[in-house]
Amino acid sequence: MAETTSPARRARAERPLSPHLQIYRLPLTMLMSGFHRITGFGLYFGTLLLAWWLLAAASGPNAYAKFEWFIGSIIGQLLLLGYVWALIHHMLGGVRHLIWDTGRGFGPQEREWLARATIIGSLSLTLIVALVSYLFMGGVR
Amino acid sequence: MSGGASKNFRTPLGLVRGRGAAKSGTEDFWLQRVTSVAGIPLTIMAIVIGMLLLGRNQAAVAQIIGSPFVAVIMLGFIICTVLHMKIGVQEIIVDYVPDESMKLTLLLANTFYCWAVGLICVYAILKMSFGV
Repeated sequence: MAETTSPARRARAERPLSPHLQIYRLPLTMLMSGFHRITGFGLYFGTLLLAWWLLAAASGPNAYAKFEWFIGSIIGQLLLLGYVWALIHHMLGGVRHLIWDTGRGFGPQEREWLARATIIGSLSLTLIVALVSYLFMGGVR
Repeated sequence: MSGGASKNFRTPLGLVRGRGAAKSGTEDFWLQRVTSVAGIPLTIMAIVIGMLLLGRNQAAVAQIIGSPFVAVIMLGFIICTVLHMKIGVQEIIVDYVPDESMKLTLLLANTFYCWAVGLICVYAILKMSFGV
């Protein structure tokens, strides 16, 4: 770790520091905290897919054909799958945060249960969306 | 804190309390909660709409998105998303970027990006709705 150059930081009084990432082994709750931020940041750019889709649909058949070609490619399908998973995961993580906002769900068992529900829920719901999309909606073409 | 004979007993926390990295109050915190609550039904509906439109041609997609019910839901989803992601990434920037000028540049870029994405989506939906 590089020494910080901020004078305020250097003059900081000797106080106990909170242990950070390097100290802990990675518990699931910490991992899900990171996932929430990472999926949110991914969705930030994933929204471009949505913008492209809407703009292409509004523009006409040629523009839409270009979008369909991209989203139908392997990369496009993976991006779309990732976007949908991130959307669902971030939504479930958000529900968890809303529960915490009410002051509930902080107990050792509860927070562990919530973390598991978030990841298992997001993966299963994404699988269901993908299966329904490909089996009953004809998939991405 | 830096030098001086007089002892300063104020902690770093006391010095910065009330003026966080974003230099603003609780409006963003609250709006982030409002948009997260609204985002739950809107996200579910947007995913269902997206699934229903799979494999349809451009004319059909434009007609369905442009229909009043779907258009209003999609507009709600877009506006909610853009407001939420602007605050979210702003939070990430103020968390990780200590350099003041870089921070302001990124905050500006964040605002422009969110407005651009929001405007594109809203324009596209309105165009399909009004059929011009």
